[in-house]
Amino acid sequence: MHGFANPARFLRIARWLTPALLVAGLALTAGSLAWGLFAAPAERLQGDTVRIVFIHVPSAWLGMGGWTAIAVASLVELVWRHPLAAIAARATAVPGAVFAAICLASGSIWGRPAWGTWWVWDGRLTSMLVLLFLYLGYIALAQASDREGASSRIVAIFGLVGAVNIPIIHFSVLWWNSLHQPPSLTTGGSAMAAEFLIPLAVATLGFSFIFGGVVLARMRAILADVQAEARLRRRALED
Amino acid sequence: MREALNHWDFVIAAYAVGVLGTLALVAWSWLSMRAAESRRDKARGR
Repeated sequence: MHGFANPARFLRIARWLTPALLVAGLALTAGSLAWGLFAAPAERLQGDTVRIVFIHVPSAWLGMGGWTAIAVASLVELVWRHPLAAIAARATAVPGAVFAAICLASGSIWGRPAWGTWWVWDGRLTSMLVLLFLYLGYIALAQASDREGASSRIVAIFGLVGAVNIPIIHFSVLWWNSLHQPPSLTTGGSAMAAEFLIPLAVATLGFSFIFGGVVLARMRAILADVQAEARLRRRALED
Repeated sequence: MREALNHWDFVIAAYAVGVLGTLALVAWSWLSMRAAESRRDKARGR
């Protein structure tokens, strides 16, 4: 694991993996969304609005998965001080925030025909909105820390503490009364018919590849900025 | 009273948000990566 924390080795792998993930992700996502729009049947109760599931569910999982990745990277940064852990955590914040926002927007659009309202302040929707605010706070804190040259430990601690919200989002539909349905996919099995489950699995894989490609691109950008700044400082000292 | 809503309007709106948001994210991350790597190469004198 320590071997992959070497920036030179990371760049060797990321150079080919970034476009590979993005191209594969875009192809899988386009195919699965076309499948969801034109080939999957309308659902008995929800009608055609069920097709929103192929956007909403992958973005919800990636919004939550993104913060889980931030928490793991923050822990690795605090405990083992891997040079790439802080960069990985920062690189995950923007894609995580974008997918959390897509989840909230698509859910709100789905809520209008399904529930008769765009928004309710129940446990699931509110905790997901809190996740988006946590992402925005994390991005602001990380930028301020980098700009001021401050220790990144406080950013890592924020990343760890914010992870408390992830189980709250997951269990909110079980703990509190909610308009939102309970999970259709659990470790015990699926309550979803195969005609929806298969395109949903492909869409999730495609969006996950895109997420991975974007995180690698962000890591490469942050690393390049750090290397450019170090080079310019060294040159300024030599002059 | 039941509202007569066209489901496809909501489906298209949700897909537009998801697809445009994802494409914008991919384009921004790719272009900012290329710009940062170009700045680094310039700083190295390449």
